[in-house]
This record gives sequence, structure tokens and C-alpha cells, in this order.
Amino acid sequence: MELKTKINAEEGKQELLITREFDLPLEFLFKAYTEPEIVEQWMGTKVLKLENKKHGSYQFETTDSQGSKHGFNGVIHEFSPYQKITRTFEMEHTPFPVQFEFLEFEELTPDTSKLTMHIIYKSIAHRDQMLKLPFAQGINMAHNRLQNLYIN
Amino acid sequence: MNLRRDVFQAIADPTRRTILILVASQSMTAGAIASNFDTARPTVSKHLQILTECELLKQEQNGREIYYHINAKKMKEIAVFIEPFRSMWDDRFNKLENIMKLKMNHRQIKK
Repeated sequence: MELKTKINAEEGKQELLITREFDLPLEFLFKAYTEPEIVEQWMGTKVLKLENKKHGSYQFETTDSQGSKHGFNGVIHEFSPYQKITRTFEMEHTPFPVQFEFLEFEELTPDTSKLTMHIIYKSIAHRDQMLKLPFAQGINMAHNRLQNLYIN
Repeated sequence: MNLRRDVFQAIADPTRRTILILVASQSMTAGAIASNFDTARPTVSKHLQILTECELLKQEQNGREIYYHINAKKMKEIAVFIEPFRSMWDDRFNKLENIMKLKMNHRQIKK
């Protein structure tokens, strides 16, 4: 099945463009970003703090399958309801530097909406490393699975 | 018919991405790779052929067995690793959409 999420990562650039159209009115799409209990559900993380305002900040905490906790946080630079959120994003206790995110929300029809996430990284190398993360996790998963096969 | 194979075509398929992830952790024979899937063996062979033709996998003879291993040089191309990243976001956004659709229905019932 065709994925509804599009990613534009031009070779040799330190930025990334993620776009997605939703079968949701703009109001509901935006709410998914501002109500802590909803963010927790779709991001699969605990929301420790979420201040939806200029100069506000947020803090998330995720527990992985091994029970280890991972922290994420950022500062909100711009907050325009149903239009945009500009914020930083940082993975705590990792070598990854902070990244800058421009989130834009648009109404397409009364029942559909669009999200554009423009992410700027510190360097091209950092962007490419970040892109590789899910693949690396897949490799770990496959590795664990293989180990289990051999042990059993 | 000999179609021109490229990396984009190779990674467009979820089974082929899983094969790459499996082989990335260690070299494997076609049989060992196929044992990870419920699909028929010839289907997996076809996927291996495509991955080999576009140089993401390399074959190596070891005694009577042929082992598949990953071509690290080709794996450096952005296109190869962007698909798992895209799937990750697509899963999250699908969840977001489903949760909000439920909330919309609840609200309509209340009205």
C-alpha cells in the first residue's frame, strides 16, 4: 500500500521536508499536537510538560522495550493556533545536536488537512545520521531475533 | 526481459527492506533468509535476485552454499535508509489519524 507520508531529503542538504495529508478537519489535526494525552497516544511517549505558547517548552519521556527511559525536549518559539508551531527538538544524552522544526498546519477541505514539517539539522552528516536511526533499530531487532533463534 | 534495476525500486517493497535489515546483521543463505517469511521460497528468491541486481546484496560462494551479504558502499545512498524513516512517521501519523477519528465520532454521538 502506498504510504501517505512523503519525505523530501535532497542529497547534500541539511534539511528535510515531511508532508502528510490527513482525513481530519484542521481543528482535529492541530489538537493532536496540543493535548498532552493525545500526544502520548500517537507518539507512544509520556508527556512530562507541554506549554503551547511562545517561549514555552516541552518534555517527553519514552520507555523502550528493555525498560530504559529516553528523554526528549525542546523550546517553542512560535505558536499560532491552527497555523504553525516553530520549535526545537533535542534527544537527551545522545551525541545528536538540537534540531529546528517548522510545523505548518493547513486546511485543504472542511474534512481534510495537511501537515508540513520542515526540519533543519546542524549539518548534512547529522541529518543523514538521524535518517539512519530507524534502519539501525531494524538491524538491532533483526539481530536480537537471530540471537533468540540460535539460543532456542 | 531485463528491466533496469535501481535502488529506489529495490527498497519500495517492505519484504525487500526486511531482507536488507536481516542480512545487515550477518551474511545468510537464501534458505535462512526465507525461513523468516511466510511467503513461498520462490518469492523470496525473486526478491533476492532484485536486491542482487541493483547491487544492494552481494553473493559469496562458501563451500556448497551461497551466502548473501550487504553491499556497504551502496547502502550509503540516502534512498536506502529513508524508507524505514518514512514508515516510522507514516505509522505515527496513521495512529494520530485513527485516534482523532474516534474522537470525532464520540463528539458526533454526544451532539
